[in-house]
Amino acid sequence: MSILEVKNLKKNFGSLEVLKGIDFSLEKGEALAMIGASGSGKTTLLRCLNFLERPTHGQIIVNNKVIFDADDNKSLGDAQIRKNRLHFGMVFQSFNLFPQYTALRNCTLARELMAKERPDFKENKKKIMDEITAEGEALLESVGLKEKMNYYPHQLSGGQQQRVAIARALMLQPDILCFDEPTSALDPELTGEVLKVIRGLADRHTTMVIVTHEMKFARDVSDKVLFLDQGTIAEYGTPEQVFEHPKEERTRQFLERYFED
Amino acid sequence: MMATSPMESLSSGFIINIELFFITLLLALPLGLVITFCSMSKFKPLKWLSRTFVWIIRGTPLMLQLFVVLYAPGLLFSMPMNSRFTAAVIAFVINYAAYFSEIYRGGIESVSKGQYEAGQVLGMTKTQIFFKIILLQVIKRIIPPLSNEVITLTKDTSLARIIGLAEIIMCAERFTKQGLIWPLFSTAVFFLVFNGILTILFGWIEKKMDYFRV
Repeated sequence: MSILEVKNLKKNFGSLEVLKGIDFSLEKGEALAMIGASGSGKTTLLRCLNFLERPTHGQIIVNNKVIFDADDNKSLGDAQIRKNRLHFGMVFQSFNLFPQYTALRNCTLARELMAKERPDFKENKKKIMDEITAEGEALLESVGLKEKMNYYPHQLSGGQQQRVAIARALMLQPDILCFDEPTSALDPELTGEVLKVIRGLADRHTTMVIVTHEMKFARDVSDKVLFLDQGTIAEYGTPEQVFEHPKEERTRQFLERYFED
Repeated sequence: MMATSPMESLSSGFIINIELFFITLLLALPLGLVITFCSMSKFKPLKWLSRTFVWIIRGTPLMLQLFVVLYAPGLLFSMPMNSRFTAAVIAFVINYAAYFSEIYRGGIESVSKGQYEAGQVLGMTKTQIFFKIILLQVIKRIIPPLSNEVITLTKDTSLARIIGLAEIIMCAERFTKQGLIWPLFSTAVFFLVFNGILTILFGWIEKKMDYFRV
């Protein structure tokens, strides 16, 4: 059973057609790498999944439930979008940690705000808050930042900030974790520590969609590769199929440019 | 009429400056935020109305605005302004709210889109995003320009003498007319002490927010 199905997804910015009908599905526990040139629409596709952009057309289905349908106005309300987007976690290229909070509080803030809406919050406040804090600490430890828990973002390196951002996204236990070029804003010597964390998540069969320019990483870590070209899926398959035996000439050309240097 | 000593007279005058200062701050700080929201509104007419208002207020002398507030109600609506102090408060509040609104707008617009998006993907509401994430970053950014503006306000309160409000400089000028010049010069001490306290206060607030960077 597919955990995620995207059906005929289109997105226009004014008269510019960025996504021209995207169809794909993802199985639970799979890691999908999205590759493609700048402007091919990969980031827009990821942002559509997270409702940061509203698709012009199409459907998004998670666990056989339609969570977005461009033709159905009922699924477009603010509160509903807020609930639906929690199926997806998001790790940004530029980290976007909250500067006024410690690494730990960055992770726990959203969960604390949600907990306050629980009817039993007042009577169990201490217990609930302690649980959330413990969970945050465990996740930061799992990304190797136990010692940096009480540091503020500006006291952390880019690689450390991005690992906090991954822990923050995992706190909400999303069905699908999305990465938007997670290492593009990092110095080369810092990409390794972030890729290692993502690799660890893949080993534990976290369902992920990763937009990346790291071709070697995409080939090693992903179960499926999706090559986007000018707003359409040019190639979709296992890393072996896409990287070793591309069917399309444009895939071949794109990969050649990447691997020649 | 000149029975009081110069120092007593200056002190009572400076109380007017201080009253005008605090009342203006109290009203202009929140009013400025309202103007900011109008200026940033997606509803175009409201946005342009608000920006035109700011343009007029910032583009004309505060001294002129004092005259307008004092005389316009009487001339235009036959409802003469019966308190000079009230007229001064209205003119100062409108003027400073316009300046504050631009400072707020600069602060809000300087917070990156990524901060809002990070809050959104974590399932926060717009209100939660504003109060839990954006607000403190805005405050940190606007403290330096705001302290500038507030210090300017203490000195601007003396402009109220132009509509006959007996603030400190006007009090001092009475002595100048009698041939006594030192009271006029000594008004500087009042402003320096008061602004010194403000400078320390703002420095303390800035230091309080030094634990994070934006």
